[in-house]
Amino acid sequence: MSTDATAGRFDVPGTPVFDGQTSRRGLRMNRMFMSLRSAENRERFLADEAAYCRDSELTPEQQQAVLDRDWQAMIDLGGSIFYVYKLAMMDGRSMQYLGGVFTGTTEEEFQAAMRARGRRDG
Amino acid sequence: MAEVIWGLATSHVPSIGAAMDRGRTEDPNWKDLFDGYAPAQAWLAEHRPDVAIVVYNDHANGIDLDIVPTFGIGTAERYRVADEGFGQRPVPDVVGDPDLSLHLLESLVDEGFDLTVFQELDVDHGLTVPLSVWTPDPGDAWPCPVVPLLVNVIQYPQPTAARCYALGQALGRAIASYPEDVTVGILGTGGMSHQLAGARAGFINPEFDTMWLDTIGTDPVRLAALSREELIRQAGSEGIELIMWLIMRGAMNEQVARVHSHYFLPASNTAAGIALFDNRVPQPA
Repeated sequence: MSTDATAGRFDVPGTPVFDGQTSRRGLRMNRMFMSLRSAENRERFLADEAAYCRDSELTPEQQQAVLDRDWQAMIDLGGSIFYVYKLAMMDGRSMQYLGGVFTGTTEEEFQAAMRARGRRDG
Repeated sequence: MAEVIWGLATSHVPSIGAAMDRGRTEDPNWKDLFDGYAPAQAWLAEHRPDVAIVVYNDHANGIDLDIVPTFGIGTAERYRVADEGFGQRPVPDVVGDPDLSLHLLESLVDEGFDLTVFQELDVDHGLTVPLSVWTPDPGDAWPCPVVPLLVNVIQYPQPTAARCYALGQALGRAIASYPEDVTVGILGTGGMSHQLAGARAGFINPEFDTMWLDTIGTDPVRLAALSREELIRQAGSEGIELIMWLIMRGAMNEQVARVHSHYFLPASNTAAGIALFDNRVPQPA
């Protein structure tokens, strides 16, 4: 199975398209991220992340990505950025931090690029 | 009959709401954005409608990915402000207008737009930030009841720009056929160009945004002809949210008068735009 969400449709370089196949792959992981909106669930998650991931029926790869905070892998394994962001928020991470991760820069460099009127096609 | 008196297009970036909630509107990184809202807010304060329709999308707060309705409408008496994971925004809950919701639903279904019905819905920044842009200090209540109209912009395939514009036109007819004599404000939210994930994260396209801002009032048909691919390519994977502006525009008259517009970047990772249109202007014969 291809992990390229845009395979066979259209390809915009550097642009993951969250489509139906991606959403199927990521359904349980995204559902788990959504559950982190509640303080009680955040507490349970932090007490034993691996157990929470297992209870949420994540694949082993998804579970590893979550435990490692491998944000790119979470996206590759079907995470929607709006759902993945729930975990980042819990960690006190900003969307600029994630932007840095996705573009191979630091949060400060990413923020500086945004303040310089954003990044263009690279 | 009900009448649309204005249309307000605005970005709904969560950090805009956060800057307002934390009193940072005078911060040098934000001041130009909030100064840019002021003329629109002043005009809107003088043109308060009886009810507003807010076209928006949820971001993993009111609905999840178990069910992905392409278009939906809230029919509740009240919509709670969602806790997005960091506590509720300190803004009033949203009062609904179930009678208008159900009239719009019936009219739109009769026109072939089979909307999903939300009898309960927590509303997130996608809806509350535009209300704050309109009314920065709501006090205990927003200026009027609100009908939420939801659009899937998160999971491909999003509705096409053309379909959104057609829905807007049907919405305009549905409003006109409402027997109550009420005035309506309509908000189209989201955008402008931005992309949150991938190697192209942080992508902004000011030329595209400027074209969109210049064209939405005068030639929305041209924007409605853009394909999903073209929108994602030009505006970024999340910039496709701009299709929701076309629902607002479609519900308005052929001729509208621009009251105010402003463009700002960045609001966190996003280009933020606002465009306010008066719908009560002479129409071509």
